[in-house]
Amino acid sequence: MASLSLPQVDFRAAAAEGAADARLREAVRNNTLRKQEGREARWTELPDAQALRELAARIKQHTLENLDYYLRQLVDAVRRNGGVVHFAADAEQARQIVLEIAQQTGCRRIIKSKSMATEEIELTPHLERAGLDVVETDLGEFIIQVSHDRPSHLVAPIIHKDRRSIARVFSEYFHAPYNDDPPALTQQARLFLRDKFRRSEMGITGGNFLVAQTGQVCVVENEGNARQSLTTPRVLVSLVGIEKLVPRMSDLAVMVKLLARSSTGQIMTVYTNIFGSPRQNGERDGPQEFHLILLDNGRSQILGDPEYREVLRCIRCGACLNVCPVFRSIGGHAYNSVYPGPIGALLSPLMFGLERYKDLPQATSLCGACGEACPVKIDIPRLLISLRRDMVNRRLSGKLERLIYRLWAWGLQSRFLYRVIGALQRWDLRRRADADGWIARLPKLAAGWTAQRDMPAAARRSFHNIWKDRH
Amino acid sequence: MTNATQPSHKPQVALFITCLSDQFFPRVGVAVTKILERFGCTVEFPAAQTCCGQPIFNNGFHAEARQLAKRHVEIFEPYEFIVTPSGSCCAMIREYYPQLLGGEAAWEAGMRRVCQRTYEFVEFLHKVLKADLSAFALPQRQTVTYHYTCHQRGLGLSDEAVRLLNQIGNVQFVAMERADQCCGFGGTFAVKYPVISGAMVQDKTDCIAKTAAQTLVCNDAGCTMNIGGMLHRRGMPMRVKHIAEVMAEAMGIDLDAW
Ligand code: SF4
Repeated sequence: MASLSLPQVDFRAAAAEGAADARLREAVRNNTLRKQEGREARWTELPDAQALRELAARIKQHTLENLDYYLRQLVDAVRRNGGVVHFAADAEQARQIVLEIAQQTGCRRIIKSKSMATEEIELTPHLERAGLDVVETDLGEFIIQVSHDRPSHLVAPIIHKDRRSIARVFSEYFHAPYNDDPPALTQQARLFLRDKFRRSEMGITGGNFLVAQTGQVCVVENEGNARQSLTTPRVLVSLVGIEKLVPRMSDLAVMVKLLARSSTGQIMTVYTNIFGSPRQNGERDGPQEFHLILLDNGRSQILGDPEYREVLRCIRCGACLNVCPVFRSIGGHAYNSVYPGPIGALLSPLMFGLERYKDLPQATSLCGACGEACPVKIDIPRLLISLRRDMVNRRLSGKLERLIYRLWAWGLQSRFLYRVIGALQRWDLRRRADADGWIARLPKLAAGWTAQRDMPAAARRSFHNIWKDRH
Repeated sequence: MTNATQPSHKPQVALFITCLSDQFFPRVGVAVTKILERFGCTVEFPAAQTCCGQPIFNNGFHAEARQLAKRHVEIFEPYEFIVTPSGSCCAMIREYYPQLLGGEAAWEAGMRRVCQRTYEFVEFLHKVLKADLSAFALPQRQTVTYHYTCHQRGLGLSDEAVRLLNQIGNVQFVAMERADQCCGFGGTFAVKYPVISGAMVQDKTDCIAKTAAQTLVCNDAGCTMNIGGMLHRRGMPMRVKHIAEVMAEAMGIDLDAW
């Protein structure tokens, strides 16, 4: 199991806090709706979107089924290109490798582009604690960094913030007068970052994809900041999860075609960077050293389980978050994980422990919007149910709960019991209802229902009873 | 088996009422029965039926759900068609019975047959009966909006119900914002995570209120309880009906007696 230093928080309390924050809910809803609409518009433009999804799912699944083969191919290719490959079994090892590279090459000033893998291992705070000067260069991540906040969405880390709160943070950080005009805010960050770019010694990126055949990393972005990391500093480090592989360039083409469409509703991102070697003879820019760190951190364990393996197909597009009504209702922070939303409800327990993330697979209505949106066809609802099954099998669910469901199932096994219990329940509900047939308060076990909405009284006679009249 | 798209002369339908509709909305069962009969079907009601096992399965009790699935298959296997007014139970059978009973030699074939023969009511009207409702009209003009229940997704349905509604005279259809966003029912989820479920049904009822429609059509008992309960809590006047109830009204069918 991968290690994690996030404090444990009560999910219900965090979710309630999110749901009670009307401003947050509105910001998240508007932003995710816009992304959903963008994605849907791009998808309908494609001649055969479903076939493309199917193809993408198969490419990733095939790669995962043969990951040992493609990893070897990748490592050989990176080495041929003059890069250095490292393997990190867990977060601690990965951070140590980065620190060692920095020490050996004498780099102190680091520019970082946005990456979920580095977020997962909490790289930036660790490097800062080691005395290095690290700056997040993606605008959203920069805002997160200077406000000591946490990202709340895979693609839009500041989806929970509005421009006023950003303006307050900037005014304090830059010791400048308050100004919440978005272009002005961007300009402030840009000037600050420009200087950081110029003086940087090491660049750190993640990777959206790794191409096994050519040994290259693909990073897509819209701001050009990742490209700065590839061209300016003398040392380049890419830290990428082992599940990010695709076999060939032609497979990359399929994935790139899907990613921006699913993620931001763009046809392509503004920049698509494909790289993977130190500066070659005759090249005018690029690093002197290139290091690729391949991160496991719980991934091979998921890979070893045929049922859950498909979650590793995820390309972190965020489409499942954008359509998720639960995410819209509580925001990303409630998940208390670097991976929020529907895919986070799978990844977090699978990577960091079901005991720790017991609520996530349960706190969903299983509406299926996520599975329908996913460009690599991960059957998210089905796998959430599988995690619930694991909870029962591993006795992680409460004793009372187990008793209730087993009794319930037993009652449904017999037509006689079903009818008797049904009649009793109908009688009980009707007894509690007002003259119009509505119940405002139910006792303890069902109180959650009436805490939010009324309950209709049951029918006086069931359909089973009514049908009997017919004969 | 009979090819689903070409019904025999008089389709033999077994009604799968589902436990929630049985206990809360039996009129929907009466409506479905009488409508199917009007369209020339023979309707039977296998009296041993209880529940497809969805709440048990969704909460992770798969051994128990498997027993219920077997029971359901045994009861419904003899019938040519199985029709249910609830999309979510239909999806449970078609999407998850293969996971529960696939590979069990004694059950596999029967399970596949039941999956192939099980239809959600609107789906059955559309795919098998190819029903046209333009001959019918409501007695009075009614503004109607429609909640796309989540399990339509799993069943591969899109706007079939809305097209049927639009065929009925005197139905004035009003589109709803985020019509396919989940209402927050999710079975036991509504009781276990009331705050999240409450926020969801709040948003849903906001969208419903914006349509100012008199009637919300919702083809799933669970969603109907949830949305109806929230509309009532918020003092909102619109009524929630199953499409079969609207159709029955338009077809002049009496739901209070056989
Ligand atoms: S699970 Fe699918 S939809 Fe969600 S982020 Fe991953 S690839 Fe995108």
